[in-house]
Amino acid sequence: MTAITDMPEVPRAARRPQMGNPALRWLRTNLFSSIPNGILTVVLLAILAKGIFSFVQWGIANAVWLTPANDSSGCRAVRGLGACWAIIPEKYRFILFGTYPFDEQWRPALSVVLFIALYFLSTRRVLWRRELIYLWIGALALISVLMWGGVLGLSFVSQDRWGGLPVTLILATFGLAFGFPLGILVALGRRSKLPAIRSLSVLYVELIRGVPLVSLLFMASVMFPLFMPSGFNIDKLLRAQIAIILFAGAYLAEVIRGGLQAVPRGQYEAADALGLSYWRKNRLIVLPQAIRHVIPPLVNTFIAFFKDTSLVLIIGIFDLLTTAKTAIIDPAWQQFSVEVYIFVAAIYFVFCFAMSRYSRSLEATGGR
Amino acid sequence: MRRRKSLPLEKGFCAVTSDTPRPPPRRRLFGAWGRRELQGLFWQVLVVGIALAVIGFLWSNTVTNLSARRITTGFAFLGREAGMPIADSLLAYNPRDTYLWAFVVGIGNTLRVAVIGIVLATILGTLIGISRLSANWLLSRLAAVYVETLRDIPLLLQLLFWYVLMQALPAARAAWRPVEGVFLSNRGLILPAIPLGPPQLWVLGTAVFGLAVVYLIRRWLIAQQMRDGKPRPVWPFAVSFIIALPVLVSVLLRVSWKIEWPELRGFNFVGGLTLAPEYFALLIALVTYTSAFIAEIVRSGIQSVPRGQWDAANALGLRRSFMLRQIILPQALRVIVPPMTSQYLNLTKNSSLAVAIGYQDVVSIANTTLNQTGQAIEAIALIMAVFLTISLSISFFMNWYNARIALVER
Repeated sequence: MTAITDMPEVPRAARRPQMGNPALRWLRTNLFSSIPNGILTVVLLAILAKGIFSFVQWGIANAVWLTPANDSSGCRAVRGLGACWAIIPEKYRFILFGTYPFDEQWRPALSVVLFIALYFLSTRRVLWRRELIYLWIGALALISVLMWGGVLGLSFVSQDRWGGLPVTLILATFGLAFGFPLGILVALGRRSKLPAIRSLSVLYVELIRGVPLVSLLFMASVMFPLFMPSGFNIDKLLRAQIAIILFAGAYLAEVIRGGLQAVPRGQYEAADALGLSYWRKNRLIVLPQAIRHVIPPLVNTFIAFFKDTSLVLIIGIFDLLTTAKTAIIDPAWQQFSVEVYIFVAAIYFVFCFAMSRYSRSLEATGGR
Repeated sequence: MRRRKSLPLEKGFCAVTSDTPRPPPRRRLFGAWGRRELQGLFWQVLVVGIALAVIGFLWSNTVTNLSARRITTGFAFLGREAGMPIADSLLAYNPRDTYLWAFVVGIGNTLRVAVIGIVLATILGTLIGISRLSANWLLSRLAAVYVETLRDIPLLLQLLFWYVLMQALPAARAAWRPVEGVFLSNRGLILPAIPLGPPQLWVLGTAVFGLAVVYLIRRWLIAQQMRDGKPRPVWPFAVSFIIALPVLVSVLLRVSWKIEWPELRGFNFVGGLTLAPEYFALLIALVTYTSAFIAEIVRSGIQSVPRGQWDAANALGLRRSFMLRQIILPQALRVIVPPMTSQYLNLTKNSSLAVAIGYQDVVSIANTTLNQTGQAIEAIALIMAVFLTISLSISFFMNWYNARIALVER
């Protein structure tokens, strides 16, 4: 048997005497543990160096950072050689806030800050109790007042003028705020002993999850007017918001159902033994445990549909991606869409990356 | 069913102590029906009633609105001439064809991107997932950066980004040639191809037939090995049926396998296989995005195999390839397959983003139909039917595969 003598790689590095320069030792174990590994490292380093070099050349060395307002000639001179970051200072107000009245744009900016504060507070374990619900209601009400205005001396801004980052955050946050209770109800319905309620819940979840969000959004934009009595119509943003809530509700219901399944039977039986009613049993005993089990997948679902709100572009709602796409329709700046997309991608990335880090830290501590 | 009597504890149940007198048993109103059953019935009637009322309300509004707009419901419009152009399709199409055929062409386009996307995303995702576990620090870091970046940026944004890059490619005359015969330009990716006519398809059919035969032989050989423990090699059969047989058929029938090289004539390419920029951008975006998720699934699947299994296989002195194939992979697959199914479903559903860059998949064609005919309900119903069918087929296949590889417990 030759196989025993050439046992696979794991122990080889460990067998070497552990001495010498720690940095060299690290290099040897992690990058050059064997000849193929060493070759791989060199090849990867070469590719990486080339990639970084060309990016630095394009994105920093040859880039144009500032131009006089509304003048893209400086950028067009270096087209193909360097990035035109000057388009960001030129267009960032439109990308971030859309067609919101220019002088009032502090209001959406403040709303964004409120949203971020709300997310941040929701991650604090100390605040995980009933008061958090009041906090959410209060913050969302405050944001509505800020965005709409019409009271407290703020001028009224209709929602067809909203745009950019606040719209993305509104679609995602209100989608969560309404989709979550809906998801809880549907998850309970799916585990109910009552056949009619169970089959309605299954039908809802499977129908929504079986079709792409795009088709739901189409439905909201074209079919909704057909569904309503003539003369009655609601705004496009609200219709998309309803579609997103229904969509989020179905996906959240499945996650919550997983949590409900993880609650031991004994807990249900104990609650029954105490004589609690169905709703009290679920509210006081079952749901708190079930939701605690599934907080990391809930955060992941939230990341997924934070990204999915960008699909409203297809039905022409001015979220962050749509304003970015609209900003580069301007003929003078048309050729610099890559820069704008990188800027917007960075914004999405910051939000999603923060949430995924948070979800990972929850997984590490076991939600405790 | 066990019947649990609930005590009247709805308000202030702290007051109940052992010396609180038990209330007398309730009289039953309806024979054997207890309070629970009645409550259950009440809730069901209430919920179903509300659902029916909402559906009825929407339905009557829809009927009124449709008649006001003079739109007749029903699928009769499918037989009419579609008149919409479809630029890039798998199946032959002409604007004079019917709406029904346009839909079929759209389904073909959806499947074309979904099937190839699933295959490529699985390959790329597996490679990256394995790279994340590599002993090489640089490789595993690069794989981690790839996964984190692509997962945290919306797919639609990535799609628009790739599409913009495609459009920024040089014109056909100045096309890039990474390899001889391959052209990358704003007309898309042009590859050399072998034209497939009936004779070539016959030869490929023979190979598929050979594959099925080898599969049966392999099962039989394994059954034999189970009986006496002697390993029997399957490769001689594989070589003779999958390679030698088709080659023989091809030589006997004088089938030509001449490669057709694309050529630049005037402003466009002639010959070869063309992947239109829309298709190519959609494929790249779907594959790279989904592969980031698949990489994570593969990584956690491999990590779920206990260390002891590796050690035990090493201790038995098994060859590394044998160990991976026979010990590690079968155990990892059990963890990998269920989440992989939902990634395949996601990729298929995400292919509907094609509408944003003008690749005409089934959703995009349904949308055009809807704008042309006003048949909103029918168009949306068709989209739903198509996607539900695709989703159910994928789940059915993956459930079958999952049942095959699932742990057989005593």
